[in-house]
Amino acid sequence: MSRSSKCSGPAQRIGLISVISSIALSLFSNLAVAEYGLNFPKPVTAIAQEVYGLHMLIMMVCVGIGIVVFGAMFWSIVMHRKSRGYKAATFHESTTMEIIWTAIPFLILVGMAIPSTATLIRMYDNSASDVTIKITGYQWKWKYEYMDQDVSFFSSLSTPRDQIDNKSAKGKDYLLEVDNPIVIPTGKKVRFLLTANDVIHAWWVPQLAVKKDAIPGFINEAWTRVDEPGTYRGQCAELCGKDHGFMPIVVQAVSEDEFKKWVSVKKSEMVASAADVGKVWSKAELMARGEKVYQTCAACHGATGTGIPGVFPALKGSKIATGPLAAHLAIVMKGKPGTAMQAYAGQLNDADIAAVVTFERNAFGNNTGDVVQPSAVKALR
Amino acid sequence: MATAHHDEHPAGLMRWLTSTNHKDIGTLYLVFALIMLFVGGAMALVIRAELFQPGLQIVQPHFFNQMTTMHALVMIFGAVMPAFTGFANWQIPLMIGAPDMALPRLNNWSFWLLPFAFTLLLSTLFIPSGGPAGGWTLYPPLSAQGGMGTDFTILAIHMMGISSVLGAINVIATILNMRAPGMTLLKMPLFVWTWLITAFLLLAAMPVLAGAVTMLLTDRHFGTHFFDAAGGGDPVMFQHVFWFFGHPEVYILILPAFGITSQIIPTFARKPLFGYESMVYATASIAFLSFIVWAHHMFTVGMPLAGEMFFMYSTMMIAVPTGVKVFNWVATMWKGSMTFETPMLFSIAFVMLFTIGGFSGLMLAIAPADFQYQDTYFVVAHFHYVLVSGAVFSIIAGAYYWLPKWTGHMYNETLGKWHFWLSVIGFNLAFFPQHFLGLAGMPRRIPDYALQFTEFNQWSTVGAFLFGFSQLLFVAVVVQAVRGGKKADAKVWEGAEGLEWTVPSPAPYHTFATPPRIK
Repeated sequence: MSRSSKCSGPAQRIGLISVISSIALSLFSNLAVAEYGLNFPKPVTAIAQEVYGLHMLIMMVCVGIGIVVFGAMFWSIVMHRKSRGYKAATFHESTTMEIIWTAIPFLILVGMAIPSTATLIRMYDNSASDVTIKITGYQWKWKYEYMDQDVSFFSSLSTPRDQIDNKSAKGKDYLLEVDNPIVIPTGKKVRFLLTANDVIHAWWVPQLAVKKDAIPGFINEAWTRVDEPGTYRGQCAELCGKDHGFMPIVVQAVSEDEFKKWVSVKKSEMVASAADVGKVWSKAELMARGEKVYQTCAACHGATGTGIPGVFPALKGSKIATGPLAAHLAIVMKGKPGTAMQAYAGQLNDADIAAVVTFERNAFGNNTGDVVQPSAVKALR
Repeated sequence: MATAHHDEHPAGLMRWLTSTNHKDIGTLYLVFALIMLFVGGAMALVIRAELFQPGLQIVQPHFFNQMTTMHALVMIFGAVMPAFTGFANWQIPLMIGAPDMALPRLNNWSFWLLPFAFTLLLSTLFIPSGGPAGGWTLYPPLSAQGGMGTDFTILAIHMMGISSVLGAINVIATILNMRAPGMTLLKMPLFVWTWLITAFLLLAAMPVLAGAVTMLLTDRHFGTHFFDAAGGGDPVMFQHVFWFFGHPEVYILILPAFGITSQIIPTFARKPLFGYESMVYATASIAFLSFIVWAHHMFTVGMPLAGEMFFMYSTMMIAVPTGVKVFNWVATMWKGSMTFETPMLFSIAFVMLFTIGGFSGLMLAIAPADFQYQDTYFVVAHFHYVLVSGAVFSIIAGAYYWLPKWTGHMYNETLGKWHFWLSVIGFNLAFFPQHFLGLAGMPRRIPDYALQFTEFNQWSTVGAFLFGFSQLLFVAVVVQAVRGGKKADAKVWEGAEGLEWTVPSPAPYHTFATPPRIK
């Protein structure tokens, strides 16, 4: 069907897709129910609703073609059998048929391409945003930096290791919960700048229909505008190593007021964290903090410091963890290029580095008795 | 009629090591592929066993990633490609009335590269740093982090690539030069056409893979920075180079299947293939289009809008010639006089289930929707439908179809039917639920998952084990047919047409020493 340019504006296309998707939804409401896990979870943005509509449209087209083709096959299998005495015809070509079954699919595809293109163009329009958040993928967590609000923090999986190892019962949001969710205001256009620290990751939240690769050395853009307040969960969607399945995303969409309050709370947390650097820490304080920070290191070096032989070195009894302190601090802060050992100077603050190095030098039977103060780490930067 | 001179060939181990006979080499490829099917299948069952329940029960994530990586490499390069090459070797000379392949000694070397390549690849599972674990797609920078296993894998891939390229050269030289007099190109059986086109795809694509993995190797060890942003390179360039190979590769994996199906359905419908010329043109269109769609594997990488749109449109277009082929197969069945022996059962299942895989492929082509499907189990479901119930089912169908010609014995039809039904049920149970898992939000390449994905994962695991163990029935059928069974005629099947059915069963060691005349 053709449209004059007056009738083909974006509003009409959104309208068409909404009509089609609501018809599809009402006809196949049981398919649309997310609890049965048969379809997308409920879309909470206009783009996500459009994407859902495109998905249902192409699926219905395929179902329709399937019914015709498989119907013909089943009919033939039943009726055109030697055992029924059916005698084979001899026809073996028809240019007319070839033209028909080339042209009709072609036209169906053109019909699909039009709304798909419209949605794609809208998804690519990153202009006029209200909030900009830089998202960096790390092995194996996310870092969120609010560019205008001067707030930044890491967001890591908070499911206890015990649950993963089947030693305790799994919580409701098993593998989809984090310590620090990303908080965004509802009703505002939020622009994401995506990059990575080490390997390619991908940031994906299904209910927002946002998925974009996070590539080291490059910056990708994506945007969303969430209308409904709520908590929306996603996962990393590009194989990034051992714990690719263990770096989820939790988005909390809140009202603009709550967002402003949250920003100021986060800012004061960051100030408090920086103040830690000045004071002198006791060994017990460092060990306690260090054990917490060590959760990050345990991903490769193991919960008991034994690593994975041949892949990730052990810290227990290692030359670095029991030898000169300077070398230990250097490798933690600068990493080891060409390996998975990253430069943690950019990821951990002075107190965290001091604590984790103190912990590693005294735990696992290493017992060096060394104590590292945050001020010593600060001096090295 | 053969003289003593023609009959001389070594026996025992030396026969198989040094054979330049297309039938022996075909057998070598097919046996190798069958073994690799079980090696890759075992890896799949490790994956499905771990995914039976949330939590880590059986393997740790690093080993799990090795399993997913190796499973794909083994199945693609060790099972499907060698199996189709085995069919090419056995059938092309027989179908065109040629005495052997154009380059018999090169043929022997093409095969023997493979056991060495796979020894190298599989040995990585036993070295301290383990096998490659960055996915069969080997994306840097992750693959740059891998240990020695990645380097061994790169070398193994080079060997496999050389094997494929040499095989492709042989196929093209044979088909273009050695057809019996009177057999014009448009009189060739469709299986021969599909292999001719596949061979050109191999020549164009495999060297590109070789280039990509070589750049990876030099980035890892020789100071280059092709894919390292800090050094001025671009990780995304690897993806472009890889998928420029990768997309034609998947058509390499399916075109011979189209050919096999196009031989079997007319036989059991007792009716000629509908639209032979259209089928040739459709195959050629698919091959051409396969070179301009590669970035649909990269829709989320951050391509400019124009690029994203181009690849969306070109990918959608591939549905047209593919659909034409499906319609032609159905039209072949229509008003035929069908019987449903095992090769026909597998071929009909191929048409239906490959079409379902084609539908999910079309859904994946819609770029804005693909943002939700990409890197999820929806993609895993898609490619298993086209590769297992597509390529593998056609390989099995072809094996049943030509086993009597190769061995001289009818296979056990009852066992064949059991194999068929258990395979179809097991396969669909394993992979249909994975569509839902992807839509519900389960990413791929993860060893553990959130609780809402549990039920469908459990169905999938049960189906996978059923499907996997059912393949043992196939081994039993093959072994039994090799050793004995009802004697097969030259024209094994009532509706069969083609030169291979004019020679006795089993086909003599040397056939068509004098080419037949084709009218």
